[in-house]
Amino acid sequence: MCISLEEHYMSLIVARDIYKDYQVGEVSLRALRALNFEIEPGSFLSFVGPSGSGKTTLLNLIGCLDIPTSGSLTIAGTDVLRLDRKGRAAFRGRHMGFIFQDFNLIPVLTVYENIEYPLLMVQNVPSGERSRRVMDLLESVGMMEQRDKYPDQISGGQKQRVAVARALVTEPELVLADEPTANLDSKTAYMIIELMKAMKEKSGTTFIFSTHDQKIVGAAEILYTLEDGTIVDRKEMEESDHV
Amino acid sequence: MYNLFKIAIRNLMRYRRRTLLTSSLIMIGVVFVLVFVAVTGSIKSLLIGQITDSMLGHLQVHKKGYVASIDNLPLTITLTPEAVQTIENVIKDISEVEAYSMRIKFGGLFSNYKETTNIRLNGVVPESEIKTIPLLPERIIAGKYDLKEGNILIPELLAKGMEVSVGDTIVVIATNKDGSVNGKQFTVAGILESVTGPGGRDGYINIEDAAEVLRMDQREISEVALRLGDFTMLHDVYLYLTDSLSGEKNEAGNPMFEVHTWESLSPFHNISQMIDIMTFFIKIMLIAMVLVSIMNVMIMAVYERMREIGTISAIGTMPGKILSMFILEGLSIGILGTIVGNATGCAIIYILNISHITFNFGRQTGLLLQPHVGAADLLTVSVIVIVVSVVASLQPALKASRMEPIYALHHV
Repeated sequence: MCISLEEHYMSLIVARDIYKDYQVGEVSLRALRALNFEIEPGSFLSFVGPSGSGKTTLLNLIGCLDIPTSGSLTIAGTDVLRLDRKGRAAFRGRHMGFIFQDFNLIPVLTVYENIEYPLLMVQNVPSGERSRRVMDLLESVGMMEQRDKYPDQISGGQKQRVAVARALVTEPELVLADEPTANLDSKTAYMIIELMKAMKEKSGTTFIFSTHDQKIVGAAEILYTLEDGTIVDRKEMEESDHV
Repeated sequence: MYNLFKIAIRNLMRYRRRTLLTSSLIMIGVVFVLVFVAVTGSIKSLLIGQITDSMLGHLQVHKKGYVASIDNLPLTITLTPEAVQTIENVIKDISEVEAYSMRIKFGGLFSNYKETTNIRLNGVVPESEIKTIPLLPERIIAGKYDLKEGNILIPELLAKGMEVSVGDTIVVIATNKDGSVNGKQFTVAGILESVTGPGGRDGYINIEDAAEVLRMDQREISEVALRLGDFTMLHDVYLYLTDSLSGEKNEAGNPMFEVHTWESLSPFHNISQMIDIMTFFIKIMLIAMVLVSIMNVMIMAVYERMREIGTISAIGTMPGKILSMFILEGLSIGILGTIVGNATGCAIIYILNISHITFNFGRQTGLLLQPHVGAADLLTVSVIVIVVSVVASLQPALKASRMEPIYALHHV
């Protein structure tokens, strides 16, 4: 049996000496400095920290949406800094799912079509398989009855459930969620985190999310704390710490 | 592709009013071009028909050098019976030639016994002339088309000026190529309405009378006029005829014949070309209209949907698909405008046809406007709009496809 190098890795993410600078006019701002970490497959992990600490920047780098100024970043056995723009897009489509703070559903597609979109437009999955996966996820996130509705016909919590389903439908190894509960009330936010956790248990997908909501932080199994662009603490949460 | 189209259509429906306005603009452009092409085309073909069917014929064959001196109506640059036989042999092999007519053209003096003036005359074989220029009898405003020997058809202005009516007797005096003068008495059989263009104010007599007045020892012909069954074959027949006759040389080794289409014989061809140029510029205006309106709407679409672009790009949609998505939107607007524009244009052209609109050309009145738009015109306009729609969408679509997701996602 042949196992590709890409699939044969111990850590899902390996980051070494990551720096990220932004140029604002003539001033260079350092958003991330000397980041070193490894993330195991199947983790349920959160980056926390105050606004401006670099959480979103770090998630963007891990999500191959941006590239670091220096350092190395290996995800799923691939040196992602060697990929060009198209290569990064293909890599994201193959290995990652995204959940956004503002849900970012496509307004002209129904709930069903939004979840189906990555299978149809990114991975070209055959119709039967596509339908099976979408229906499974609709059931899992409790959106079966709303499947023919458009995003403007459902609530914020429902939108985020659809976003979770869309992120998971391609069966990615990694799901990134930047402040996924920021626009939700605390009850719905907690439900979304529980949903993400349940999906992680079901599929074994690694979930990384950023938040500064203390009520949600407790749900994470591993907690990285960022301050001024650097990791100041890594904590593995005990079962008793969980909300 | 179906899914990309579906998304494109839904995005267009999302901004219904804007889509409707842009499509309407394109539709108006398409309608304008089609109606313009149909109406000018109708006028053009009607006028060309008037010129070729009442005077010139579609093509003419002369002895080399005749057309350069045609204002003098030279009797020294004529086709001998042998040359005419050569031409006839070639013509008989061309199935597209429906009819042909031999003409002796000459200038002379016209006298009503009280006054004398100049006249240009065509000596013709009545039967073949009417087959070659079938509208000639329609030009007769008094009398009838009766060109038996001794009869003459005279132009309207001459009849008025010389106070001559149908049935009157007149005399034609002409100088032959040797310089001797001869005259013959004719009866006015008909009066011809003058038309604009060469030969529009010529009179007609029987070819036997022309030969008699000019004291020809052998029948020498000034020109052979040809009529084609299918006018669209004009240039093919011209090329064939030119090629077939180019081998005939005179004693000096120069070509013996020259072949002309009506275009090189009538100044109306310049007007016809101007109509074509105007049509071309109208099409350029349509292109500009489509280009600006679609580009504008697509730039707006990209700007408004940056976060969506960022989202689908983050999810892993390849740049090529994003490009296609936006191009299909522009293309859909173009197709919608084209379909509605073609349908509306055809409806307007139909209404113009059943309205029986008439117009005047020179001294001719009541020419019926019959606008017609062919499949080729519809196809040309459609292809122009569709291609320009794609071109206009290209820049915004490229911008969308090349957008960095990080930038697009954080666009407010």
